[in-house]
Amino acid sequence: MVKLGVRDLAIRYGTETAIEGVSFDIHEHEIFGIIGPANAGKTSFLKAVNRMDVFNPEMKVEGDITFNNVNVRNVRNVYGLRRRIGVVFPLPVGLPLSIYDNVALAPRLAGQKNKAELDIIVERCLTRAALWDEVKDRLSSLGSMLSGGQQQRLTIARALSQDPEMLMLDEFSIAVDPVTTMRIEDVLKELRQEVTIILVTNLVQQARRLADRTAFFLDGGCVEVGVTEDLFTGEVKDQRTRDYVEGRFG
Amino acid sequence: MFEATQLNQKNQFKQKLFRAGLGTMTGILILPVVLILSTLIYKGAPVISFEFLFTSPTNGMTAGGIFPALLGTVLLVIVALLASVPLGVAAAIYLSEYAPDNWTTRAINLAIINLAGVPSIVHALFGVGAFVIFFKFGTSILAASLTLAIMTLPVVIVATRESLQAVPMAFREACWNMGATRWQTIRRVVLPNAITGILTGVILEVSRTAGETAPIMFTGAAFFLPLLPQGVLDQTMAMSLHLFVVSTQVPGMPEQLPFGVALVLISMVLLMNSLSIALRMYLRGKKKW
Amino acid sequence: MAKPLSEAVSSVDASFDQLNRDWYIDKIVQALVFIGGISAIVFIIGIFVFISKEGFGFLVGEFNFKEFFFSPNWRPTSESNQTFGILALVAGTASVTGLAMLIAIPFSLGAAIFIAEFASGKTREFLKVTVELLAAIPSVVWGFIGLAIMNPIIIETFNVPVGLNVLNAGVILGLMAAPIMTSIAEDALKAVPDRYREAAEAMGATRWQVIYKVVLPAAKNGLLGAVLLGVGRGFGETMAVLMATGHSINIPTSVFDSVRALTATIAAELGETAAGSPHYQALFTIGIFLFVITFIINLAADLIVRGIRKG
Repeated sequence: MVKLGVRDLAIRYGTETAIEGVSFDIHEHEIFGIIGPANAGKTSFLKAVNRMDVFNPEMKVEGDITFNNVNVRNVRNVYGLRRRIGVVFPLPVGLPLSIYDNVALAPRLAGQKNKAELDIIVERCLTRAALWDEVKDRLSSLGSMLSGGQQQRLTIARALSQDPEMLMLDEFSIAVDPVTTMRIEDVLKELRQEVTIILVTNLVQQARRLADRTAFFLDGGCVEVGVTEDLFTGEVKDQRTRDYVEGRFG
Repeated sequence: MFEATQLNQKNQFKQKLFRAGLGTMTGILILPVVLILSTLIYKGAPVISFEFLFTSPTNGMTAGGIFPALLGTVLLVIVALLASVPLGVAAAIYLSEYAPDNWTTRAINLAIINLAGVPSIVHALFGVGAFVIFFKFGTSILAASLTLAIMTLPVVIVATRESLQAVPMAFREACWNMGATRWQTIRRVVLPNAITGILTGVILEVSRTAGETAPIMFTGAAFFLPLLPQGVLDQTMAMSLHLFVVSTQVPGMPEQLPFGVALVLISMVLLMNSLSIALRMYLRGKKKW
Repeated sequence: MAKPLSEAVSSVDASFDQLNRDWYIDKIVQALVFIGGISAIVFIIGIFVFISKEGFGFLVGEFNFKEFFFSPNWRPTSESNQTFGILALVAGTASVTGLAMLIAIPFSLGAAIFIAEFASGKTREFLKVTVELLAAIPSVVWGFIGLAIMNPIIIETFNVPVGLNVLNAGVILGLMAAPIMTSIAEDALKAVPDRYREAAEAMGATRWQVIYKVVLPAAKNGLLGAVLLGVGRGFGETMAVLMATGHSINIPTSVFDSVRALTATIAAELGETAAGSPHYQALFTIGIFLFVITFIINLAADLIVRGIRKG
């Protein structure tokens, strides 16, 4: 089943074009990787999906993006859309609330008031984000005062606390040490059964480890989309994909 | 090689002279006021006592206490706060969280600067024309407080807006990404972290409101009232007006009484301001991110 | 809806796109705060509308442009020769404000430079707090100081019969305006980036040269703004001027003359007039005049100060 459909997507900032003519489908329960050099439009794509583009008057989006077959470009309740999609950006953000309240925020916004239920959710999300052991004894301390790596895991826990249908991760491992990255990658592999995952990454090996299919963004367009393993074994439709994957440019 | 040359020495001397000169100028600015305040304390302190603060004036205002005036000022301030704080905080939230960069926003900012810059007597005229006459409140606490509220609105708006804008954008974006509405984000993350800043603004407003005379002179404050006010449509006495009248219009006034009144008024104002400054310093030390 | 690229059957699940309570509350809050925002505009327009309404009668009736602005004879209560000339009052305001600025500008600038460029750490904190507290002293207290303290000093020192005059009010107003001007000027100086200073010092300039040739010119917009704000404050000041200038309505020829300012005239006379009478309306007309002048000064100050942020 198609979770996210993209047709002729173009994103422009004023007179500059970030991406153009992008079309692909993302299937339910797959891990979909997006690789490509910096400034290839990967982050802009994510922002167009969860409608965060409304906060940037310079950003213009054309084309269609459908989520559950509903066109996200003209939903009425943007907040409802965003609640179904969790997103983790490279910059870690611990909200100036207690760690507990950081993770309980999304469930509370959704109407959950039962303390016992919230306790369960908080523990589950923090565990999946590989943070529970470190903070379980100080859940009331400020999330904004944690270390960078801890704040990034807290951000992931918050995204998970939304109980999202789709999870978008934008270069999440930049702020996180390699061991923790491994632990989170394991979690993502498990999560795939419940959640559709879009993984934007500049670590091509990470895409190879995790993504079922991968899209390669370059120079304002999507060069190709294919089964990840094919891209890495040379069965590419475009030579540039092989060059990038083999590290000839980055 | 690095000995001070003659030119260097001359320059250093000029430096010291310059610095001393500026320091003196700063001192000249501050010193007279310190002397004046000392005189106020010296002449006014003997008058101050428990009776002075908590009993009513007697003998045609030339003796007794200032309680009705103190009470009046407190009432005026409370009503003015009730009117201006919600409105001011709302306006600041709009400016900080919602307002796009367009002509309306520029007009609002210009209006705020002008509200603060309009002469106090013009505010009084407005109060008379609008609240006393047009809205038919008559000369009353209500009319006077509303006039004061509009006059001190900019203080609350500016302080609130600054404390809201001090909250980093990243926190808001994190909330929006989770599907929180703008209001939910403001209510749960932005506003709680701006409360102390807003409080400093409110305290500042209190101190401004307590000291104003012209806006209340014709809108609701009176000098000689036999009874305490019973409701917001009554007139009231007030500290600022009391000082004005006892120092200019009452024959046979003993010299020290006005000094006492002035001392009480200035102490109230400076205390409030110091509280606001102390709160600001406390805030600066307590970092939450 | 575009057809999916793959052949898998898909269903439409728009359950997230409901307009729920949170959505409505958000829209309501947006409307409420917008009302709060434009209230400032409503009030400033309201002020102009209401004072014009009360002064309107005078403007279309007795008002004579030449007499109003150019006659020094303000005799609203005279039965035989009622004239409404504000020239003397304008002279009163101008002379007091002028003297105040003469005193305040150099000292505020000096103090601002000292605090911004020479003081550091605890001294700087102390000075800034002191300046802020000085700026908080209410107008009526300053007026009282003029009456009770400056008055006897002037009479004693200069051997004049009356101590309530241009000198008294000018000094008081100067002391009143200086703290605010110092604050704004200090902000303007601090806004000049450190790299300007560092570049000049690297070329061997002394502290004083750095300030005089680099910092002051760079901050001139903000400093000008501070001066304008001070002038605006002087023009609009009511109680202090009412209590310290004496009560003669004339064009001053020396600082020892008593005068009457525009603001003080309104404050002194409004209580004695009958609502709706020409005198009453004339006072409101002075109010309109004051509103317009301070509006222009504030607008100019804001434009100039914003000039520095753009540049």
